[in-house]
Amino acid sequence: MASKINIDLAVNGTSHAVSIEPRRTLADVLRDDCGLTGTHIGCEHGVCGACTVLVDDKPVRSCLMFGVQAEGKAIRTVEGLANGDTLHPLQQAFWENHGLQCGFCTPGFLMLSAGVLEQNPDMSDDEIRDVLSSNLCRCTGYQNIVKAVQIAARELRARPRV
Amino acid sequence: MSYIGRSLRRIEDRPLLLGKGSFAADCNAPGHLHMRVVRSPVAFGRILGVETAEAAALEGVAAIWTADDVAGLPPIDFRQMGLERLAPYRQWVLARHYVRYVGDPVAVVFAVDPYVAEDAADLVFCDIEELAPQLDATAEPVTFMPDIHLGLLSEPAVIRRGYGDLDAAFAAAHKIVALEVKVGRHTGVPLETRGGLAVHDADTDVLTLYGAAKVPHYNRDAISRMLGLAPGRLELSEGHVGGGFGIRGELYPEDVLLCAAALRLRRPVKWIEDRKEHLLAANHSRDQVYRLHAAVDQRGFILGLKAEVFTDQGAYVRTHGTTVTDLSAAMLPGPYVIPAYSVEGHIRLTNKTPAGTYRAPGRYESTFARERLIDRIATELALAPVEVRRVNLIAAEAMPFDRGIETLGTAVVYDSGKYRDLLERVLDRLSYDRLQAELAARRDRGEHVGLGIACFVEKSGLGPQDLVRIKVDGRGTVAIVTGVASVGQGVETVLAQICAETIGIPIERISVIHGQTDRIEIGFGAFASRVTVMAGSAVKIASEALRDRALETAAKLLQTSPDALRLSGGMVEAVGGGASLPLGDVALHLEGAGGLTGEGRFVAGHMTYPYGVHAAQVKVDPSTCAITIERYLIGYDVGRAINPMLIEGQIVGAAAQGIGGALLEEFVYDENGQPLAASFADYLMPTCHEVPAIEVLLREDAPSPLNPLGVKGAGEAGINAVGAALAAAIDAALQRPGAVTQLPITPARLHRILRGPQS
Ligand code: FES
Ligand code: FES
Repeated sequence: MASKINIDLAVNGTSHAVSIEPRRTLADVLRDDCGLTGTHIGCEHGVCGACTVLVDDKPVRSCLMFGVQAEGKAIRTVEGLANGDTLHPLQQAFWENHGLQCGFCTPGFLMLSAGVLEQNPDMSDDEIRDVLSSNLCRCTGYQNIVKAVQIAARELRARPRV
Repeated sequence: MSYIGRSLRRIEDRPLLLGKGSFAADCNAPGHLHMRVVRSPVAFGRILGVETAEAAALEGVAAIWTADDVAGLPPIDFRQMGLERLAPYRQWVLARHYVRYVGDPVAVVFAVDPYVAEDAADLVFCDIEELAPQLDATAEPVTFMPDIHLGLLSEPAVIRRGYGDLDAAFAAAHKIVALEVKVGRHTGVPLETRGGLAVHDADTDVLTLYGAAKVPHYNRDAISRMLGLAPGRLELSEGHVGGGFGIRGELYPEDVLLCAAALRLRRPVKWIEDRKEHLLAANHSRDQVYRLHAAVDQRGFILGLKAEVFTDQGAYVRTHGTTVTDLSAAMLPGPYVIPAYSVEGHIRLTNKTPAGTYRAPGRYESTFARERLIDRIATELALAPVEVRRVNLIAAEAMPFDRGIETLGTAVVYDSGKYRDLLERVLDRLSYDRLQAELAARRDRGEHVGLGIACFVEKSGLGPQDLVRIKVDGRGTVAIVTGVASVGQGVETVLAQICAETIGIPIERISVIHGQTDRIEIGFGAFASRVTVMAGSAVKIASEALRDRALETAAKLLQTSPDALRLSGGMVEAVGGGASLPLGDVALHLEGAGGLTGEGRFVAGHMTYPYGVHAAQVKVDPSTCAITIERYLIGYDVGRAINPMLIEGQIVGAAAQGIGGALLEEFVYDENGQPLAASFADYLMPTCHEVPAIEVLLREDAPSPLNPLGVKGAGEAGINAVGAALAAAIDAALQRPGAVTQLPITPARLHRILRGPQS
C-alpha cells in the first residue's frame, strides 16, 4: 500500500487529524476518514455535482480534488449548513417546496447554492438556473429545486447582511 | 383535520436535508472488506483462463474468486414472468465458459481498502478468445453459447397475444397503414449507484444485507435459496435509496457475491459500484423496434392492428423474464378501442448489457409506436391527428373495459376512465385552436415550431397483496410497519397521511418502517406504481381496525357506546363534547392484551389503470439542430390524490427522464460491441437547462373502484408519452409528418431528417 501522509483538515470549523494516502479524493476522505457521509458520490468524474462542498467558500467537486490538497483550507459540508436545530434557509426552502425526492443529489445542490449565493447574493432567477444546471438530479425534474433556491435567495437577501 | 388531498411537506426530508441519510455507501462495519468486480473487456468471447496470481500478491488483498470458486451457486432466477424455456439464458454470478457483454463479471477481488481492491482488479488478467458479437435484435438469431448449449438460439421466447377477428378487419379496411419505429437503449440511472454491505453476526448466525431496495422480501428468499440458507438466517435492510426507477433493487450477481463472501470470508463485505460499472452492468432498458400494420376505415378508426415487436434484451435474461415484451404486447392498444389485434413479441439476446424494466416499461415504447401510428393514419387520410384520437378513444360508458388479453398474470381490464373528457380538458387548457393558429403564424414567419399530442393508459397497483401493521404506544405515537419499499418517492408521507386521516392523529406522531425483512413477514416491494394503491389501501384497512378497537376500548373506559365517540387530534372524545381520553391511554390500557394495534391486508386480483394526455410544444433550430421545449403539459387522472404536491413531483421528475430518453440518452455501441456511453460525459442526462417548466393538470375524475381509497398510481404518468408527444411536435415544427421514427432524436438524427428527402 502506498505510504500515508498525516494532515489536519478543517471541516465545518472542526479539525480532523487524518492519515491518508495522497491519492485519496477529498470526497473519500470526508466520507471515510472524517465520517461525514453527507457528501455523496454520484459519478467520481466531475459531472453530477453530488459531491459538491465549499473549499475556502467556493463550491468544489470533492471527487476531483485530493484530500491532501485541502490541507490548510476551510472546508464546509452539508453537515455544517444548519444552525443547530434551525435549518438553513436553503434547507427550509427545499423542504417546503418539495425540492428533493430520494435526496441523494440534495447535499450537492445545497452546497452549490449556498456557495454561489454567498458570493453573489443578487443573482437573478436566470443566473440561478444557470448555476444549478451544473449538477444532476434524476428524480425531481429540477422544477422544485430551482424554485427552492430562488425562494431562499430572496429570503437571504431580505436578511440583514453582516 | 383532514390529511388526504393536502400538499403536505414530507416527513422523511429532515435527515436528507441535514446530510444524515443512510444510503448504501454510508453503511460501514468494523473491519469490513471491499469487493471489486473484474469485468469482461470484450462483448463476446470464450474464456480461456483468468490469471489472478499477481493481483493476489498485492498487500491488502484478502481473496480473489473466479467462476470455479462459486461453482456451487446457481444462476440468478426470474422474479417475474419467468418461463421454463428461459432457464438456460440466466446469468451466473460470475461468467462461465463465455463472456457475453462488456461488463460481464468474471472475477471478484476482496481487499481491505477500495483503492487496493481496484488496483488488484486491474491486475487480474482475463484471457478471452474474442468472437463476433451479435448487436442487432432484428437480425436472424444466432447461437447463444456455441458448444455449451447446442442449438440454443438468441431468441429465448416469442410472446403472442391477440383477440378479435383480424382477417375480417383487414378485409374490411379502407386503407392499411404501415409503420416501423425504434426506441433507443437507455435506462433509469439513479444518481446513487448500486451497493451494499453484508454483515454476518456469528452469535445469532444471521446474515444481514444493508443497502437493499425495491423488493427486499423477494431478494431475501432468492438469495437464501441460492446460498442454501434456512429461513431466518438472512435479513435485508433498506436504508435511504437514491432513486430506483425499476432498475435498482433487482437481484444482481453482486448482491449474491456480497452475501456469499461475508459468510465464507467471515468478515463484513462492502461493495459500492462506480458510475462506469453502473452504466455497463446495471439493467439497461427500452431498445425496441415496432412494426405495425393497421386496418382503418375512412374516419381513421382502427379496425384491426397487427404488430411485431423486437426487444433487445442484451446478454442474458435477468430477473424480469419476459416482463417488458409482455407489457409492450398488452399495453400497445392503449386507450383506443381497436376491436381486433394480434402481436408477436420477439425477445432477442445480443452482446450488450442485459436489460430489464425502467419506469413505464413497455409503455414508453409502445405509446411512442402507437401514437406515431395514429399520427401516420391522420396524415394518410388527411385528417386532424386530434380527430383520429377522438374517433378511437374508448368511451367512458364502456368502462370497465376488458381488453381481452393478459399481462403479468392478470387480465387487462381498464377499471375506470373518461379518456375523451381528459383529452378535451387538455385541449381546452392549451386553447388548442388558437394555439395552433399562433404556431402556424409563427411558422409563416419562418420559425420552426409545432405542437404534438399523445394519449396513453398506464397500469398501476400490481398485486398480489400487501400487509401493514400499525401500533400506538403509551405516548400516543404511531408506528406503521409495511413490507413495501421506499425508493425516494415519498412513501412515508403518503402512508402517514392515510393513517392520520383515518385515526385522527397529527401526522408528526407517525413514523413509517419499510423495507426491513425482520420487521414484517411479507412485502411485495416498490415497483409498477403499486405502493400507494397496495400499501396505502392496507394502511387504510389497518387504521380502521385500529380505530374500531380504540373506540370500543375507550367506550368501556368512559362507560359509553363506541358510536358516541370519535378520534380527533390524538384523543378519543365524546361526539357532543365532554369526556375525552388520549389515544396513548387507550394503548396503555390494552398493553396486557397485545396493545392498541391494527392489521390490514389488501389483496388485489387486478391492476388499476390511470390514464393521461401529454402535449408538447417545441421549437427547432435547423442550423444547430437544437430542440427547445417551449411548453409541456401533462393531463393525468390519478383517481384520487393523497398528496397533490408529491404526485406532481413524481410526474415532473418522470417527464424529465422521458425527455432524456427522447432527446439525449442512448447507450451506443461500436461494431465490436464496445459501449461508447460509459460515463456521464457520453451518457447525457437532462440538466435543468433541458427540462422546461412542466405543467400538470391533475384530475380525480375516475376514482378506481378496485380499492378503498379510489387511488391509482402516479409514478409512471410523467414519462409514458414523452417520446410520442415530442416526436409529434418535432414533425409539426418541421411540417414533415412522420419524420421522426426513432428515439432519441439527437442532433445527428435531426440533421439526417433535415437533410433527407422532403416528404
Ligand atoms: S461525484 Fe463528484 S461530480 Fe459526481
Ligand atoms: S432527489 Fe434523487 S437525485 Fe435528486
